[in-house]
Amino acid sequence: MEIGLGHYLTVAAILFTLGIFGIFMTRKTVIIILMSIELMLLAVNINLVAFSTHLNVLVGQVFAMFVLTVAAGEAAIGLAILVVYFRNRGSIAVEDINMMKG
Amino acid sequence: MHDFAIAFPEIFLAVASMALLMVGVFQKPGSSSGLVSWLGVFALGITLILVLSDEGRSVSFAGLFVVDSFARFAKVLILIGSAAALVMSQGFIKREGMDRFEYPVLILIATLGMLMMVSANDLISLYMGIELQSLPLYVLAAFKRDSTRTTEAGLKYFVLGALSSGMLLYGCSMIYGFTGATTFGDIANTLQGQEKASIGLIIGIVFLSAGLAFKVSAVPFHMWTPDVYEGAPSPVTAFFATAPKVAAIALFLRAMLEPFGGMEADWRQIIWLISVLSMLLGAFAAIGQRNIKRLMAYSSIGHVGYALVGLAAANAEGVRGVLVYLTIYLVMNIGTFACILAMRRRDRMVESIDDLRGLAKTHKGMALALTIFMFSLAGVPPLAGFFGKLYVFMAAINAGLYYLAIIGVLASVVGAFYYIRIIKIMYFDEPSEPLSLPIGKELGFLMTVSALLVALFFIIPGELVNVAAGAADSLFP
Repeated sequence: MEIGLGHYLTVAAILFTLGIFGIFMTRKTVIIILMSIELMLLAVNINLVAFSTHLNVLVGQVFAMFVLTVAAGEAAIGLAILVVYFRNRGSIAVEDINMMKG
Repeated sequence: MHDFAIAFPEIFLAVASMALLMVGVFQKPGSSSGLVSWLGVFALGITLILVLSDEGRSVSFAGLFVVDSFARFAKVLILIGSAAALVMSQGFIKREGMDRFEYPVLILIATLGMLMMVSANDLISLYMGIELQSLPLYVLAAFKRDSTRTTEAGLKYFVLGALSSGMLLYGCSMIYGFTGATTFGDIANTLQGQEKASIGLIIGIVFLSAGLAFKVSAVPFHMWTPDVYEGAPSPVTAFFATAPKVAAIALFLRAMLEPFGGMEADWRQIIWLISVLSMLLGAFAAIGQRNIKRLMAYSSIGHVGYALVGLAAANAEGVRGVLVYLTIYLVMNIGTFACILAMRRRDRMVESIDDLRGLAKTHKGMALALTIFMFSLAGVPPLAGFFGKLYVFMAAINAGLYYLAIIGVLASVVGAFYYIRIIKIMYFDEPSEPLSLPIGKELGFLMTVSALLVALFFIIPGELVNVAAGAADSLFP
């Protein structure tokens, strides 16, 4: 069996869905949410690179490089906010993030 | 052709923000952020002049970056909003222990991201602009590091913002895959020949608009807004409610109309739905709120719904309506938040609506200004807010979207209830302990100027509408 574009897109779609579910279903710590966000962005990268090789248009791979860079910055800021939050609250459990209802 | 000159305002702002970072670092330790803040306002002013000194439409950076009169219009609004937010924060950050020079620098960098958003002509520059705007905003939301509420607001904003970026990116990847291009013009060209849009492309557009709806806080992607508005420090909330909203809606307009202008029948129903839901939620959910910042969050959700009515019309008249609406919304919100920032008692901020009781007896001027803003937000003629709504609803009716216009008008009647209740509380309730004086020079100035603009807009609405019409035409070559 040859592995084609469809397979890559399926894997990416599954990873992306896992990421979204991870964000909404997590009941443990915020770290898992950060990991889910990373999973979503990597699913997008698989998509972009798969399309890029399939279409033979290089832009997708350039886009993937940008996404990787921004994902690193985003993770850094997310962790920094998490550290500040932990100092105030003493916990990063998801159910403790409830000072304001919503 | 590579013509860097068209990005000169952005390049200047980037260099200026880095220079201000240096100024802040090399200041004496413990000195106030006042110098950096005022230099930041000055830099925004120069950027505004640079933006206005250009004309015509030019594309550069291999099609990634476009400057046209639509982008210029939005940039002027963004720069005014950012400068006003920076001026408004002066007193607050000194009182509340946030007096660090990073604050103005972060606002400048976020502003740079917004300028790039409205000039984005490609999915890559769209994403980079959004992220350059969002990352400083996450930090600003959590800027008061020792407050649990503020850091919680920052954390929530970060998680939901990152989720929305992910959805937006997934949409971008699908659009790229099914058209083979990322530049808006190329996508439009590819789609021109096609009879029917492929299902993959539709999925891409749905994800893209979901991501953008998050950024403009339209229902059903609004859940972060009330918490972030309530939890973030008040001047940061004022900033969130003005410039980033303008940038995100301008980006939304361009990202829908330029690449997918030919297939509006496919996406109009999405915009129709989120617009109706936002207007209704903004009208009904705000009724029970007692915290004025939370109330303004629901109010802004409702106003985004009204602005999206113009996008649903998907023609030059609709875009003109949105631009007029955004201008008026910006002025009203600057004024309202200047009033909210003036709500202090014994040097502590108070945020409950009940703290405004009897304001008319103790602070006549501020009560009058807030009355003007509330009537205008409710859309009572002849104040500016009425004209904003008039132009978007006219566009919707001329485009045949009768139900949308009817629902909009009904929602604005319901919404008027909670705006007018604030006026009733100020004028007819027994005064509680009065708010402290003085209001502060900066806040008083912003209040007066925006109140005058809102109240006297009806004398010469033509100028603004003409400029907005010219800007709207540049999206429809």
